[in-house]
Amino acid sequence: MNEQTPMIEIRGLAKSFGSFHALKGIDLTIERGTVFGFVGPNGAGKSTTMLILSTLLAPSAGYAKVGGFDVTQHPHEVRKRIGYMPDFFGVYDQFKTVEYLHFYGASYGIPKAEREALIPQLLELVNLSDKRDAYVDSLSRGMKQRLCLARCLVHDPELLILDEPASGLDPRARIEMREILKELKAMGKTIIISSHILPELAEMVDEIGVIEHGEMVAVGNVADIQSRLRVKRFLHIRLLDREEEAEQFLRDRPFVNRLIRDERGLQIHFGGQDEEQAELLSALMSQGFRIVSYSEAQTNLEDVFLEITKGGGGDE
Amino acid sequence: MKESGTAARGVNWRVRLINPVLDKEIRLRMRSPRAMWTLFFYLLAIGLMAFAAIYLTQVLSGSGSSYNPEQSKILFYFLSFAQLGLVAFMAPGLTAGVISGEREKQTLNLLLTTQQSSSTIILSKLVSSLSFMVLIVVSTIPIYAMVFLYGGVSPKQMTLIFLFYLFIMLVLGSFGIFFSTILKKTMMSVISTYGVTLFIFVGTAILYFVMVNVLEDQYRYSTVSPSSTPYAWVGHIMAFNPAVALYSILEPSISDDAFLSSRYGGSGSGAPIALWLEFMIIYTVISSIALWLSVRNLRPRLNRKR
Repeated sequence: MNEQTPMIEIRGLAKSFGSFHALKGIDLTIERGTVFGFVGPNGAGKSTTMLILSTLLAPSAGYAKVGGFDVTQHPHEVRKRIGYMPDFFGVYDQFKTVEYLHFYGASYGIPKAEREALIPQLLELVNLSDKRDAYVDSLSRGMKQRLCLARCLVHDPELLILDEPASGLDPRARIEMREILKELKAMGKTIIISSHILPELAEMVDEIGVIEHGEMVAVGNVADIQSRLRVKRFLHIRLLDREEEAEQFLRDRPFVNRLIRDERGLQIHFGGQDEEQAELLSALMSQGFRIVSYSEAQTNLEDVFLEITKGGGGDE
Repeated sequence: MKESGTAARGVNWRVRLINPVLDKEIRLRMRSPRAMWTLFFYLLAIGLMAFAAIYLTQVLSGSGSSYNPEQSKILFYFLSFAQLGLVAFMAPGLTAGVISGEREKQTLNLLLTTQQSSSTIILSKLVSSLSFMVLIVVSTIPIYAMVFLYGGVSPKQMTLIFLFYLFIMLVLGSFGIFFSTILKKTMMSVISTYGVTLFIFVGTAILYFVMVNVLEDQYRYSTVSPSSTPYAWVGHIMAFNPAVALYSILEPSISDDAFLSSRYGGSGSGAPIALWLEFMIIYTVISSIALWLSVRNLRPRLNRKR
């Protein structure tokens, strides 16, 4: 398969478990070297898609290709090309870290001499060099996650399928994981990564795909998706008093798509541009509202995600 | 246990024979304290049984210090059946969790995305469990050796018995792995494997005696001449029973007895083949099917035709 072949090509992929349709015919193409963020609420079909791509689940209809190889027709070729990290995984507790990697290396048919050279590099990459002789059992959750990531890399796969790699990690461990992923991106790996930490990964994700109820709601690069959204801005207004009155007033103003009042003040999903935003402030002032602050919040991927998935797909 | 790094030239048999999964299985099994405890309690059980048997034969013979070969033969038979019982107890326990256990520990998916084939994984699990059981059974040989002090048993017979154990471990092991593969929970797999084991040890014997009685009743009241109503086929039920197969190694005449079971003058033609041989043929086929099904069901069936 040549370099022009997309890393992942999914067409009409469906999966049903009895009467439950986990995937309802999704289409997706991911080019080589792309870092793809896969977003969606729990049970949307992310893990199902990843399991199919990892040859661990047979699709009910449609097809999925990895590096040009169909996952059902050439699973052996697909397995050579992927490194899969599930959302929940176990480790063989009685292995030492280095033995653990040797085992998986050998399972991928890597000769021992090569493994001897490779494993210290992998441990270095995931910052576990000082734990090489520690029993896996003794590692913290974050370390186990990193070890599992090293395991994914042991056969130098072109594609990494990471299902919520930072779930359950403390903030420090998440930052470490993010740094490692940045390095992997720099190494030219294609990465498909799901959910939670996506807002944190905003600067390294090239494309995102939003999946909900087994259907792709939106696919594209982050900027594209943001620009396609009805809500362009999030305004944050804090008043000294008369907050309820201001809320009533704002609800009737144009471009105010959604308004939430909480202890922090008023949060507005605003559909207008700079001019409209300035006009809104003038209108508030003219009504004599005493404004403490009036600011525009940065939209992030989480907002995008929430916006797309609320009520079935924003402006899609 | 690790393979040699100089595998580049020629065939490295160690690498070929000990694949990564087998290496991992053996290594991790022997690292767990459970392995040592299993060995300890097994030897303790068989040792206690041996001493109890020696004591009983001494008391029952009433001759105090003198032994005759017949008594030591009884002791040997007793030990052989005790060992068979222990093997039947141990084999399901050691194998019924090998796949479902990995599934429950969430390590199976990681293993299944490697380049190891389903047959390699299944057979490696079987071989590693078998080798541990062989270790245990071999470690009971010194207890058996006591029998040789008194004579009456040939080393050939003992070798045959040990080969039979190996076979029964293989059979029960393959059942354990089969249930472990097709059932999600280890608990269910263990129950199913012990259920099947109980059936082939006790169920087949009950079935045999019920069938013999039913057929004998029919035979007794039938008006047809005795020679034309052979019902020797019930003897084949006994060929499913490991204890009877073992007994047929110790006492070859039992094979014929199983097929000449009428108390009312029925004229069976004797055993077509020795019961233990028939047993081995039957269970070789069943075990092979169990292992084949395990290999097929380990991974999802991806190769559907479009």
